[in-house]
Amino acid sequence: MSAPSTPDPVGETPPGTTEPARVVLDARDITRALTRISHEILERNKGAADLVLLGIPSRGVPLAHRIAAGIAAVEGVEVPVGGLDVTMYRDDLRRHPARGPQHTVLPPGGVDGRTVVLVDDVLYSGRTVRAALDAMKDLGRPDVVRLAVLVDRGHRELPIRADHVGKNLPSARTERVMVRLSETDGLEQVSIA
Amino acid sequence: MKRHLLSIDDLTPDDIAMLFATAAEMHDVQHRQVKKLPALRGRTVINLFFEDSTRTRSSFEIAGKWLSADTINITGKGSSASKGESLRDTVLTIAAMGVDALVMRHGASGAAHQVSQWVDAAVVNAGDGTHEHPSQALLDAYTLQRRLGSLEGRHVVLVGDLTHSRVFRSNVACLTLLGAEVTVVAPPTLMPSGVAGWAAAAGFATSYDLDEVLPRADAVMMLRVQRERMSGGFFPSAREYTIGYGLTRERLAVLGPDVPICHPGPMNRGLEIAADAADAAQSAVLEQVSAGVAVRMSILYHLLAGDES
Repeated sequence: MSAPSTPDPVGETPPGTTEPARVVLDARDITRALTRISHEILERNKGAADLVLLGIPSRGVPLAHRIAAGIAAVEGVEVPVGGLDVTMYRDDLRRHPARGPQHTVLPPGGVDGRTVVLVDDVLYSGRTVRAALDAMKDLGRPDVVRLAVLVDRGHRELPIRADHVGKNLPSARTERVMVRLSETDGLEQVSIA
Repeated sequence: MKRHLLSIDDLTPDDIAMLFATAAEMHDVQHRQVKKLPALRGRTVINLFFEDSTRTRSSFEIAGKWLSADTINITGKGSSASKGESLRDTVLTIAAMGVDALVMRHGASGAAHQVSQWVDAAVVNAGDGTHEHPSQALLDAYTLQRRLGSLEGRHVVLVGDLTHSRVFRSNVACLTLLGAEVTVVAPPTLMPSGVAGWAAAAGFATSYDLDEVLPRADAVMMLRVQRERMSGGFFPSAREYTIGYGLTRERLAVLGPDVPICHPGPMNRGLEIAADAADAAQSAVLEQVSAGVAVRMSILYHLLAGDES
């Protein structure tokens, strides 16, 4: 995937054309956004007590680990991190060929009575988050569930909003927002095409 | 993956890798408090068993239920089949009720294949005569892979009644597909006729001498002596079979302590497997049972969860 640095206004890529992807967040922007989210979570929670971070595979998991590292740097507390696969809970399961589920890892303390922050890379229709809330219900009963995303690209189809957003990225439905992380993709950027 | 699971030959190594990866996730569900996934909600799975079965049937039933499918069991005895209804009429009747999957065991080799041409539902072969039992082979290979890491180049020894065993047929196909070296050991009377040509074509070895093969085994799979399929005369006495081909306490001592021992069950303790071997720390018999649920969840999931187009 090519990534030219010439910025052009958001949403002007005509649909159907193969415009080269435009980078909207580079490695340092991503780091800054996640650092801010770490601070926001601590501020909102008044500390790191009872926090659990659950990343939604695949890219939500490394993001959750990075946020936990950010929290550790500020507060000196290791927040439990897990992964929550939502494949089986998706409402569009029947519309695609069956995909294998990914790994669900629950931190040793579980989620009962905790403040769970779900972490994902892109918030779009909201259906993944709905599936995640359903999946969580089978694992336990958190006191509070919050949502942190690296990019909110709009076009919600369900009454769901994020509590912590790295970047609001207005986009057309025809555009593709691509998050690339070093852990999963060997590259660190958010681009839109 | 194809629409039905009738034979190991329906699967590619990639299909098996996918089934195993999903099974590993399903395995975790077994240890959860809420053993329920919504993936097959609203789907109906019929277990149609014309032959006796405890573990295969209950394992498919649990697998379906944990995936939220509606599972119904129909056994040959007590069904219309015992009133003289033909297999075709029985399955068409069931299919007309609107089922999504038919898990089937039948005494005739090829029965599942035949049924798959009559109905729209996905058909899973849960044992057809002496032909195949693919879900058993998959769970055996999955269990061994978890124990050994990979099956590539590992030496798996199958011992027992090979003539009457569908488990043997599916297992040889599955294990060689995954790169294992397979040796099958049986008395000459229980070695299928024409096995030499088949062994050469499929790439496995045969032997009549268990004591020669056993020291080289990375895993041992004992097959059941199927008394119900034998009309007698295959070996002089049970005692003689045990002496030649049973996994006795003495033979257990020859195996390394990390060599897994598998048995698809039900075990004839004291005949093909000694209690010491069945209950040894290296025995994988109960792991096979729990893997059976996970692997069958994976099979049902991949056959039913996605879009059929």
